[in-house]
Amino acid sequence: MVSLSLDQIGARYGRRTILHDATTPDIQGGVLTALVGANAAGKSTLFRRIAGQLRGTGAVRLTGATKDDLRYMPQDTAMTAALTVYESIILALKQGAGGWRLSASELAAVDDVLHRFGIAHLAEHQLPELSGGQRQSVSIAQTLVTRPKVVLMDEPTSALDLYRQYEVLEALRHYAAETGAVMILALHDLNQVMRACGTVIALGEGRILASGPALEVLTPALISQLYGIDSRVERCSKGCPMIIVDGPSAARAF
Amino acid sequence: MTALSHPSSENAKSYRALTARRIAVLGGLLALLVLSVAVDVSLGPALYPLEDVFRTLFMPMSSDLQMRVVIWDIRMPMALLAVTVGASLSLAGAQMQTILANPLASPFTLGLSAAASFGAALAMVLGVALFPAAISLMVPVNAFAMAMAASLLIFGLSTLRGVTVETIILLGIALVFSFNAALALLQYFASEQALSAVVFWTMGSLTKATWGKVAITALILVVCAPLFARRAWALTAIRLGETRAAAMGVPVKRLRLETLFLVSLLAAVPVSFVGTIGFIGIVGPHVARLLLGEDQRFFLPGAMLSGAAILSATSVLSKAILPGAVLPIGIITALVGVPFFAALILTKGRKAW
Repeated sequence: MVSLSLDQIGARYGRRTILHDATTPDIQGGVLTALVGANAAGKSTLFRRIAGQLRGTGAVRLTGATKDDLRYMPQDTAMTAALTVYESIILALKQGAGGWRLSASELAAVDDVLHRFGIAHLAEHQLPELSGGQRQSVSIAQTLVTRPKVVLMDEPTSALDLYRQYEVLEALRHYAAETGAVMILALHDLNQVMRACGTVIALGEGRILASGPALEVLTPALISQLYGIDSRVERCSKGCPMIIVDGPSAARAF
Repeated sequence: MTALSHPSSENAKSYRALTARRIAVLGGLLALLVLSVAVDVSLGPALYPLEDVFRTLFMPMSSDLQMRVVIWDIRMPMALLAVTVGASLSLAGAQMQTILANPLASPFTLGLSAAASFGAALAMVLGVALFPAAISLMVPVNAFAMAMAASLLIFGLSTLRGVTVETIILLGIALVFSFNAALALLQYFASEQALSAVVFWTMGSLTKATWGKVAITALILVVCAPLFARRAWALTAIRLGETRAAAMGVPVKRLRLETLFLVSLLAAVPVSFVGTIGFIGIVGPHVARLLLGEDQRFFLPGAMLSGAAILSATSVLSKAILPGAVLPIGIITALVGVPFFAALILTKGRKAW
């Protein structure tokens, strides 16, 4: 089984410190892990530190995987290139592999992610013709086509409609269970987190405030601290825990 | 993997078909190029019958001396220089557009040809040789030195911290204006004879072609093209954006610098030999992109072939429009190329640039 832990990860832009000694216990693979926090809390910076795109202090420890098994999906992808969806996924697959020829198993891997994320019908579409939600699905497929064991995704569902959010999170959950991969997703919708993610890491102003099982971490007190929002936990008709938003906390002036 | 259980692999099949189509398009471009070169060699102020031209090409000793000289020492170098120059400038433009994420990037928008013109004018107006040792080749050597200096300046500035793609393009445009102003100043003080030489040079012309120039430009292509080919996947990835490419493990900054350096070489040498043939560096890559997409496995050879074919066809036109005269090729490229280009862009109507 793959796991990842952070040991005093720090990062700064110029004089501004973005991350303060972020430390986590072992984050286990096989389930989805959510990274939650307000805008500019340092979520993308943390991802870029883990992915090795930013330098800084501290260490990322991987068990059962190496840095080459890690894939990071940034929030924005330019989609102006004259490439078909299929070509763009091949591109992600062949990166670093050299060689111009494509084997049958490589084509099968592309087919697999296309079907997994419900975009097989878009295979021959040009990237610039896609809608925002379709781009996001393509981006996810590009990220997972190499079957990475450590996956970081920055808001993978932000452009999707309600049904597609559910569908994509299910597919991601399935991928994690099947491969045992560590998958950390930055998410804003706490009810998505409750439904799909086993573990939650809460980041506030560059510090890790809590990490652990979703129900234990996402308490009304923490949500108020993170977002300045009053909330309570109830159960939906099918029994799943839901966060009901009551409104801005009194402490936060609007 | 579950993939094998999918009912089809319709998608894989249609991708194979797409690949086959793209190879066919490349073959078509190559055929057009060969045809164009053949016509180019058979055309000229001296009207030789086609069969004589081909006999001279394949059995030179069976023709008289004058014919051999015309075909082998004048027409062939011109026709082949059109091919190597067209391929080089188009490839340079293609990779500039790729690494700078800008459809307007070309050796000309970054000031390389303005710099070359200024260098050439220095030689023609003031008789200043930047390398006195090469006085007989003063004009091309000056042009090359200035073009290389301009691109090394851009190259140097782009290694600085915090310099973005946009900054590089703005710097290039600043260079264009600076060199154009300096050139205008030289022209203002130039003698009438020097002035007409400068004006003719800036129009671009293949008439000074030699086998030596063909060999040098071909050599640079033979060195650069494989270096790009080895980076084909990384160069294609860069079109998904810097962050995305970096997330895929592409060393974006290093790749951009390497490419910028190769592109400088690819653009500076041809420009110093033939003057300003501006349009090829933009139109060649765009034609290739429309026909083949941006997978560099097809885009890279496609840009070279389309640039070469367009410049070769233009060379044919420059001889055919006024019988007995060879019009400056830079003028024809723009005059004939622009309407063709506009029609292509407007009818294709793709959202990709």
